[in-house]
Amino acid sequence: MKALRDFLDKWAPKFEKGGPWHKYHAFFEANDTILFSPGEVTKGPTHVRDAMNLKRMMIVVVAALMPCVLMALYNTGYQANHAVHDLGALPLDTWQESLYQAMRLSYAPTLLNNVAHGALYFLPVWIVTFVVGGHIEVAFALVRRHEINEGFLVTGFLFPCILPPTIPLWQVAIGIAFGVIIGKEVFGGTGMNVLNPALTGRAFLFFAYPAQISGNSVWISAHMPDAASGATWLSRAAEGTATFGPIGSPDWMDAFVGLVPGSMAETSALACLLGAALLIFTRVGSWRTMAGVLVGTTLTSVALSTIGSDTNPMFAMPFYWHLVLGGWAFGAVFMATDPVSSAFTDKGKLIYGFGIGVLVVLVRVVNPAYPEGMMLAILFMNMFAPLIDHVFVQANIKRRVARYGAR
Amino acid sequence: MLEHYLSLATKAIFVENMALAFFLGMCSFLAVSKKVETAIGLGAAVTFVQAVTVPLNNVLYNVLLREGALTWISDDFATLDLSFLTFLTLIGTIAASVQVVEMVLDKYAPALYSALGVFLPLIAVNCAILGGSLFMVERDYNLAESTVFGVGSGVGWAMAVVALAAIREKMRYSNVPPQLRGLGITFIVTGLMALGFMAFAGIQL
Repeated sequence: MKALRDFLDKWAPKFEKGGPWHKYHAFFEANDTILFSPGEVTKGPTHVRDAMNLKRMMIVVVAALMPCVLMALYNTGYQANHAVHDLGALPLDTWQESLYQAMRLSYAPTLLNNVAHGALYFLPVWIVTFVVGGHIEVAFALVRRHEINEGFLVTGFLFPCILPPTIPLWQVAIGIAFGVIIGKEVFGGTGMNVLNPALTGRAFLFFAYPAQISGNSVWISAHMPDAASGATWLSRAAEGTATFGPIGSPDWMDAFVGLVPGSMAETSALACLLGAALLIFTRVGSWRTMAGVLVGTTLTSVALSTIGSDTNPMFAMPFYWHLVLGGWAFGAVFMATDPVSSAFTDKGKLIYGFGIGVLVVLVRVVNPAYPEGMMLAILFMNMFAPLIDHVFVQANIKRRVARYGAR
Repeated sequence: MLEHYLSLATKAIFVENMALAFFLGMCSFLAVSKKVETAIGLGAAVTFVQAVTVPLNNVLYNVLLREGALTWISDDFATLDLSFLTFLTLIGTIAASVQVVEMVLDKYAPALYSALGVFLPLIAVNCAILGGSLFMVERDYNLAESTVFGVGSGVGWAMAVVALAAIREKMRYSNVPPQLRGLGITFIVTGLMALGFMAFAGIQL
C-alpha cells in the first residue's frame, strides 16, 4: 500500500497546475481517489471532516442496486424462457438468441438458463450505456476541466435498469447521450443538474421512440403468441383484465418478488426493499423522501378507490398493488432519493416525496395516455424541488430573524 | 357542476399550461425568472390581469361582437357580425387592465414595480394573456367558465415561472458552459420542464 501511495505521490506534481500533464489531471485524480481517500483538506474558515465523499457515497448506491441488477438478470431470462417453454412463444430473431442457442442452453426456466438468457439482454444494454456515457463524461471532463465524477457510475447503473429488455442498442446510446449531456453536463456535471439524468434519458426515449419502450410487446424478449400475454400488470389493470388479490396471494407475491414482465430491474419490489435498507442504514438515501412517496401513494390510492369509478377500472386498484407494480419501488428508492435533483431540506424532502406519491397514482389512474407514471411524477417533482427548498429556507431565515431580532 | 369547473381549472393549470404546454408568454417567462420574489410578483400580476381580462372580454364579445349579439338594441342587427373587431377589443381591454395594475403597483408596491421594470407594461403584449382571451373565444366559454379559465391559466403560468425562477436561483451554483450561460441554459431548462409537464398530457377532462 505504502509503495503504491509513494508511486502516486511521485507522479502527482506532473498533473498539478503548471505540470506538463495538467491537461490530464482528471484521469489522474479519478484513479488516485479510487485507490485512496483523498488527502486534500478544505481551505478557508469552514472545515469539513468526514470520511464520506462522493466516491464512497456513489459506491454505496451501486451496492444497494445489486439485488435489483441480479433480479434483472434472472427475471429478464425467466420471462423469456417461461414464455418460450411454457406459453408456446417463439424466440426473437436477434443475435442474442443465436448466441443463446449456440451456447446449447435449453429454454427450460432453470436458474442457470434464466441468468444466462437475461445476461444476454441486460449486459449489452449495460455495456453500451457505460461505453457511450463514459466517453461523453470523460470528454466533458477534459474539455471543461472538471473531475471525472462517480455520478456517472450510478447513472450508468440506473439507466439500463429502467429500460425494457428488447430496447434497440442504438436507442440506448442516444438515450444515455441525451441524459448525460442535456440532463447533466450542460449544467456543469455531477451535483449541478436539475433533473435526474437517467430519468431524463429515459423520458427522452419514451417520447421520441414510444414504439420500442411502451405497449405490450416490448417487456418480454420473445414473440408472444398473442399481444395481451406480454402486457405488464399496469396495462392489464388499465384495460380492466387484471384481478387484484390480497397481500400474500400468489399474484401479489409474484409482483412483489418481481417475476412479472416490466423494465429490466424495476419489477422486484423485494430487491428494492433490500436496497432501501442499505441506503437508509448508511444514510445515503433519505428515508424522508421514501416515506413521503409511500404516504402520498397510499393516501391517494385509498382516496381514489373510495371515490370509485364505473368506467375506469384503475380507480379500484388497492394501494398495496400500487406499491409493487411498475417502477414504483425502484423509483421511490433509487430515483426519488437522488440527492442532487431532490429537495435538500428535511421538511422539503417529505413534501417532495409526498408530491411524487400523489402524482404517480394520479398519472396511473387518471391519465389514460400512460399506464405507468413513476418516471414522469419524479421528473415533475424534480422541477419543483428548488421551489420547495426555497420556501423552507426562507421560512427558516424568517424564524431566526424573529428569534434573534437581526440577521 | 362544481366538478365541471374543477376539471376546467385543472386543465387550465396543468394539462394545458400556458407556458409549458403552449409556450406562450415566453418573453417575460425567460426574462423575469432570475429571482423567486420577482417571479412571484410577475406571476401574481399576470394572474390578476388574466382573471380580469378573460371574463371582461367574454362579456364584450358576447354582448357586442359576435354575430347577432346586438339584437338587444334592435332586431335589425340580427345578422350584424362585428367579430372582425375581436383582436382590437381584446387587446384594448388587456392594455387598459395592465395600466390599472401598473398604477396600483406603482402606488402600493414600488419595490416590485421597479423590479418588474419594463416587463410590467409588456404584460399588455404578453401572448399568454391574449392567448387566454383567444382560447376563450375559440372554445365558446360562458362567463363563469371564462372566469375559471382566466384564473386557472394565470395560476398555471405563475406556477411555471416561479418554479423556473427557483431552478435558476439554484443554478447559481452550477458550472454552465460560458456559451450557454443566461438565456441558452434557460431555454434548455424550459424544455426539460416541459418534459416533466408531459405527465399531464393526455388527461381527458
